Amino acid sequence: MERGAGMSMQKTAGRMIGVDVGGTFTDVFVLDEAAGTATVAKVPTTRPDQSGGFLDGIGRQVSDLSSVAVVVHGTTAGTNALLERKGAKIGVITTAGLRDVLEMRRRDRPRTWGLRGDFTPVVPRDLRLEVPERTLADGAIRVPVDLDAVRAAARTLQDQGCAAVAVMFANAYANPANEAAAVAAIREIWPNSHVSASSEILPEIREFERFSTTALNAYLQPEVSGYLDRLENALKQGGFGGEFMIVQSNGGVMAVDTACRLPVRTALSGPAAGVIAAAYIAQMAGFPDVITGDMGGTSFDVSLIAGGKSMLSPQTSIDFGMVVRSPMIEITTIGAGGGSIAWVDKGGLLMIGPESAGSNPGPVAYGLGNTRPTVTDANVVLGRIDPDNPIGGKLTRLDVDAAAKAIDQHAGQPLGLDTLAAAEAILRVANSRMAGAIRLVSIERGFDPKRFAFMPFGGGGALHSGAMLADVGLARAIVPRYPGVTSAMGCVIADMRQDFVQTVNAMVDGLEEASLAAFMQSHMDQGLAMLDAAQTRFEARDTAFELDMAYVGQTHTVAVPLPVTITDGRVIAPTRAQIAEAFDAAYKATYGRLLPKGARRVMNLRSAVTGRRPKFDLATLAPRSTGTPEDARKGERKVHFGDRWHDTAIYNRLDLPVGAVIHGPAILEQPDTTVLIEPDLTGTVDAFGNTIITRQEN
Amino acid sequence: MTQTADIDPITLAVLAGRMEQIADEMDATLFRAAFNPIIAEAHDASHGLYHALSGDTLVQGKSGLPIFVGVMSFAVKAVIDKAAEHGEVHDGDIYIFNDAHLGGTHLSDMRLVRPYFRDGQLFCYLASVGHWHDVGGAVPGNYNPAATDAFQEAFVLPPVRLARGGQVNTDIIDILMRNTRLPQSAMGDLNGQLGALDLGVRRMDELLDEYGTDTVSAALDALGHRAEALMRAELTALPDGRWEAVDFLDNDGITDVALPIKVALEIKGDTMVLDFDGTAPRCAGPVNIALPTAVATAYVAIKHIFPALPANAGVMRPIKVRIPEGSLLSAEFPAPVGGYTETILRMIDVIFAAAGQAAPDRVVANAYGTINALSIAGKRKNGQPWVMFSFYGGGHGGSPEGDGLNHGNAPISTATIPPLEILEAAYPVMFRQWALRPDSAGAGAHRGGLGAVYEIEVLEENGAEAFLFGERGHFAPKGAAGGGEAAMNVFSYEQADGWHHPPLASKMRGIKLVQGQAVRLETPGGGGYGAASLRDPKAVARDVALGLISADEADKAYGTAWKGAQA
Repeated sequence: MERGAGMSMQKTAGRMIGVDVGGTFTDVFVLDEAAGTATVAKVPTTRPDQSGGFLDGIGRQVSDLSSVAVVVHGTTAGTNALLERKGAKIGVITTAGLRDVLEMRRRDRPRTWGLRGDFTPVVPRDLRLEVPERTLADGAIRVPVDLDAVRAAARTLQDQGCAAVAVMFANAYANPANEAAAVAAIREIWPNSHVSASSEILPEIREFERFSTTALNAYLQPEVSGYLDRLENALKQGGFGGEFMIVQSNGGVMAVDTACRLPVRTALSGPAAGVIAAAYIAQMAGFPDVITGDMGGTSFDVSLIAGGKSMLSPQTSIDFGMVVRSPMIEITTIGAGGGSIAWVDKGGLLMIGPESAGSNPGPVAYGLGNTRPTVTDANVVLGRIDPDNPIGGKLTRLDVDAAAKAIDQHAGQPLGLDTLAAAEAILRVANSRMAGAIRLVSIERGFDPKRFAFMPFGGGGALHSGAMLADVGLARAIVPRYPGVTSAMGCVIADMRQDFVQTVNAMVDGLEEASLAAFMQSHMDQGLAMLDAAQTRFEARDTAFELDMAYVGQTHTVAVPLPVTITDGRVIAPTRAQIAEAFDAAYKATYGRLLPKGARRVMNLRSAVTGRRPKFDLATLAPRSTGTPEDARKGERKVHFGDRWHDTAIYNRLDLPVGAVIHGPAILEQPDTTVLIEPDLTGTVDAFGNTIITRQEN
Repeated sequence: MTQTADIDPITLAVLAGRMEQIADEMDATLFRAAFNPIIAEAHDASHGLYHALSGDTLVQGKSGLPIFVGVMSFAVKAVIDKAAEHGEVHDGDIYIFNDAHLGGTHLSDMRLVRPYFRDGQLFCYLASVGHWHDVGGAVPGNYNPAATDAFQEAFVLPPVRLARGGQVNTDIIDILMRNTRLPQSAMGDLNGQLGALDLGVRRMDELLDEYGTDTVSAALDALGHRAEALMRAELTALPDGRWEAVDFLDNDGITDVALPIKVALEIKGDTMVLDFDGTAPRCAGPVNIALPTAVATAYVAIKHIFPALPANAGVMRPIKVRIPEGSLLSAEFPAPVGGYTETILRMIDVIFAAAGQAAPDRVVANAYGTINALSIAGKRKNGQPWVMFSFYGGGHGGSPEGDGLNHGNAPISTATIPPLEILEAAYPVMFRQWALRPDSAGAGAHRGGLGAVYEIEVLEENGAEAFLFGERGHFAPKGAAGGGEAAMNVFSYEQADGWHHPPLASKMRGIKLVQGQAVRLETPGGGGYGAASLRDPKAVARDVALGLISADEADKAYGTAWKGAQA
C-alpha cells in the first residue's frame, strides 16, 4: 500500500469497469474517460465459481488494476444459488406457534390446473425453532421475548451446523423490540456476522413476505459474501485500490459490504443493469420512452421505461414459494426465446414453447442433438441468420438442412405448409407472443405504445424488431451499438441507490406527523451515510419519499409521492392535509374517481436515497469510421420475407459511419448480434452508433 | 355471430392469444380496482367472451377462479333468455344479477353481462362476475350454515337492466346499496366490474378494427372445434369402460345425516358420460347446488385431469353430464345453495376417484375437500361492527409424481390467504397458532400434503361471535391408487368450561366467545397416492425427523422399516 496521494487524484479520473456474469458469457465493459475509449470483452462464464471468468475478463482488457477507479458487478450468483437451492444451511428462530409460516406460504399452488407439485422451503422444519414471545398488531408487547430460550435455540442451530440465523417475529414491523433483543443476545454467541432480524431486512407488514425475504437473505449471505470477498481480495491483490460495487435489483448500485449484508437485493442484478443501460442509451438518443426486449435462449424479458425512468415492482417470486420483497426493476418474462420449441398440439394449433432447447443442445441447426425446431431454426431457414458465421463464436457453421427437415416434420406437415411457409408461421406466432408481452407492459398499464421505441438487446432481439413495430405499433426500434454487452455497460452507468420501507398503518386523520417525520429522517440519514461512505463522486443526491395508501377496506395500495422539503439536512414532513391531497391526486390518476366518503389509510412509507454518478459520454462508443456505407458492405444473400426471397445486402455493422442510411431489406452483422432491417424499414446510424429503425416513408 | 369461411392456422394461433389477453386484462382491471379482499386478493372473480346465441364460453381469462370457467355461460344464457322476454338486447345494455339458480355458484357472486355490438349487430357477450363481501341475508358474509332457503342467505336479484342504451339506472344501484352491510365495498366492486366491461368493449373494438369481424368470428368458431378435438383425442387415449365412486357430505347443516354424492364415469371411444344417479335428494340446508353449478364442476374436474385443455365450451361437447332431477345437485329456487363450495369439492373428489380407476396415472388423490368459511364478528367498544371472514387451507393429494402440497388452496379456487398480520391489524384477534398439522397427511408411496392448524383468540373486550361452514368432519379425503385417507377436519371452540366441538362437526353459527377465548381449526390433509408399503423408508424417516408425522403414526401407517433408514 505504498501508493501515494497522487493515486487518488488519478482514481477519480481512472478507468471504470462493468462486469456482467451471465449464464454463458461474462461480459466486461471498460471505460477510459481520460482517453475517450471504451472496450468490451466476452469470456466464458466459469462454474461453479464465477470469479475465474470475472478476473479473466478484466485481465484481458486491463493489465494494471491500480489504474482502475471503479469496478461494478452485475451478478447472478444470488439468483443461481436460489434457483439451484445452493445456499447455506441456515436456521430460523420464530414466534411460538408460527414456525411453519415459511412452508405454508400464502396458501397458493404452483399451477392453477393439475394439482401437482409440492414445495420444499430453504429452511427445513427441524431448523425452524420457536421461542416464547409475542407482539400485537398495535406494537404492544404481550409476551416479552424469552432470551434464555433464544440463546438455547441459537446454540441448537449452531450445533446443527447452521452458517446463518434469522430471527422472525410476528408484528415486528410494528415494534422491533423483541427481535432487537433476540438478535443482540444471539450476536454475543454466534460465531460469524450472519445474524439478522426480519425488522432489519424489511420492516413491512405481511409476515410471509417479510420472513421469506429475510430467510432467503440469510440463505444467500454465506455464499454471496464469500464470493464477493474472493473477488475483492483478488482485485486488491492485482493492485486495485478503487471502489468495488454491486448492482441491485432496483437498478442502483450498492457498496460491496452492503451487498454482503443484503445479498437478497441482488436477485435481479444482471437484468436490472441491462435496463439501466437501455434507459440511458435511449434517453441520450432522444427517446425517453422505450420498451426493452432481451431475447435469450429460453425467454424474452420485457421492461418499460417511461420518461427515462424504469418501472419498479415491489416484489418477485424467484421460484414457487420463494418470494423476495424489495423494490426491483419490473421485468416481464415469457417463455419465447431463440431456443423455444415450435410444435403443433392435438387440436392443430401451432405453439411456441414453453419447452426450450436453450443454448445446449440448442436449435437443431447447432447439430448438438436437438431434433425439434426452434425459433432460431426458423430464422436460419429463412436466411436471416448467416449459417457460415454463427454469432457467439462457438460453432463454425449451422446445419440449415437439418433445421429445414425438423421444421417440415414438426410444423409443416401437421399444418399442411411447405418448409418456408412453416418457418414464417413459427416466426409469426413467436412474434405475436413477444408482442403480447409488450402489450402487457404498455397497453395494459395505460401506456400508448405509439409513444415508445423498442430496444432489443441480447443476441437475438434485433432479428425481431421489425415485427414488434408492425404487431404493436411501436414508433421505432433503437438497436444499441453493443447490444450484447448492455448489462456490463449498465454497471458503469447505474446510480447508487438505497431503498427503505417502514409500515405505518394509520388513518390519515389519526396519523402522528412527528413519528412519520422521524422515520423519514432516519431513512434519509441512513441512506446519506451510505453515500458518504462510498469513495465514488456523486453529481447530485436525491431523496424521494412515497406512501403506500388506500381507502379503508381496500387491499391494493396506490403509491403516493410526497412533496417534502429538506432544510439543512432536516426533513420537513408533510401535514395530514397535504398527505390527503397527495393521495387524492394519485388515486384519481389511477382509478379516475374518488370515494367521497372513504377514509384514507397510510400503509407504508417508502424512501429512496440516490447518489447520481457521473455519466460517461456515449459518443465514446460512436463509430470512428469515415468511410461510406458501401465500404461496410460485405456481400449479399437471399433472405425470405413474407412469401418470397429477397436479395439482401449484408453489412459489417460496426464499420458503418454515423449518418449512414440503410434501406431494407438489409442485414447488419456484428460479432454477437444480427440486426434485421425488413423490406419496408430503414435503418439509420445515429451519432452514438445506435441503429434507429423506422418505417420507410412512402 | 355470422358463419364464416376457414381461417388459416397461423392467424388462429395469433388471435387465440390476443383474445385470451383481453379476458386476462379484464380480470386484472377488476383485481386492481376491487375494494373487497375476496376479489382483490383471492381473485374470486372471472371475465370472458360468450357466444351471442347460445351463451357458450368462447374465451375466458386465465387468472379468475377455476369454477367460473364453466359456470359463466349459464349466467349469459340466463340473460339471453331474459332479454328475449324484453324483446331484444341493445347496444349499451348491461344486465346484473346474483340469482344462483339461474347463474350457478351462490348469491355472493354478482354477475354483470353486457352485449357487445359491432356495426349494429350483436357479436358476442362480455361478462364479469365477482364475489361481493356482503349481500344481506342472515349472516354477515353470507355463509349461513343453517339457512333453509335462499332468502336467509342473501337478497336475490334476478337479471335486470343496470344500464339501458348506455344509461346507468341509478335506482338499481340504490336498491343494491341498501341491501348490503358494506355499501362502500360493494360500490367499489361494482365500479370495478363496470370498468372491466368497458375495457373489454374497447379491446374488442381494436381487435375487430385490426382483423375484421369475419376473421375473428371464424377464429372463435375454430377455437371451439379445436378444443373439442383436443378433448376427443384425450378421451380416445383412455380405455373404454364404466367406473363408479361415492363419497359423502357430513350433513346439510340442519340434521346430522350423511349425504351421498355418487358418480358413474363411462368412457366410450371419444365420448364420456358422468352420471350422478344415486346422489342424495335435495336437502333442507345450504349444501344444495343449482344445475349450472353441477355442470360447471364437471368441467373443473376434467380440466384438472387434462390441464392443457383450453377454457372454452368446445371441451364439453364430447361429455355428457347427467344430473338426476330432484337431487341436491339440481335444487330449484328457493333452495339454499350458500355452501355450494363444499358440494362441488365432493363432486370433484368422486370424479377423481372414478377417473383414477380408469387411468391411475392421470389423477391425483383427494385434496382436503372443504373451504372452511369461518367468520368471526362483533362490535368494538366504539360501537363499530367488524367481520373477519376468510377461507382456510389444507393438504393436496399425493400424485403419481410426488407428495402432495402442504397447505394449498382448494381445487375450485386459486385464492391466497391473507397474511395473519393483515388480519390482526384489521380485526381484534390474535393467532396463537398458524402451523402445519402433523399426522394429517394420507399415507402412500407419495403421501398427501399436510393440513393446517389455526388457533384464533378474540382480543376484543366485547367478545365476538363465530360462524363456521366446513365439511370433512365425518368423512376423510381419500387416497388414490391404494393410498391412504387423510385426517378429518376438526373444529373446536373455547368456553368457560373448556374446549367444545360443534354437534354438526364442522358447521355452527352464533358461537359466543368472550375476550381471551379462541376457536381452533385443524384442517384435513390430502389423500396418499399409491400403497404406503411402497414409500421409501428414507422419506418416512425424513418426515419423522421434520415432525410432519409422529413416530407412532409412522409405525402404524408404514411399519417400522423407516427406523433403520437414514433420513
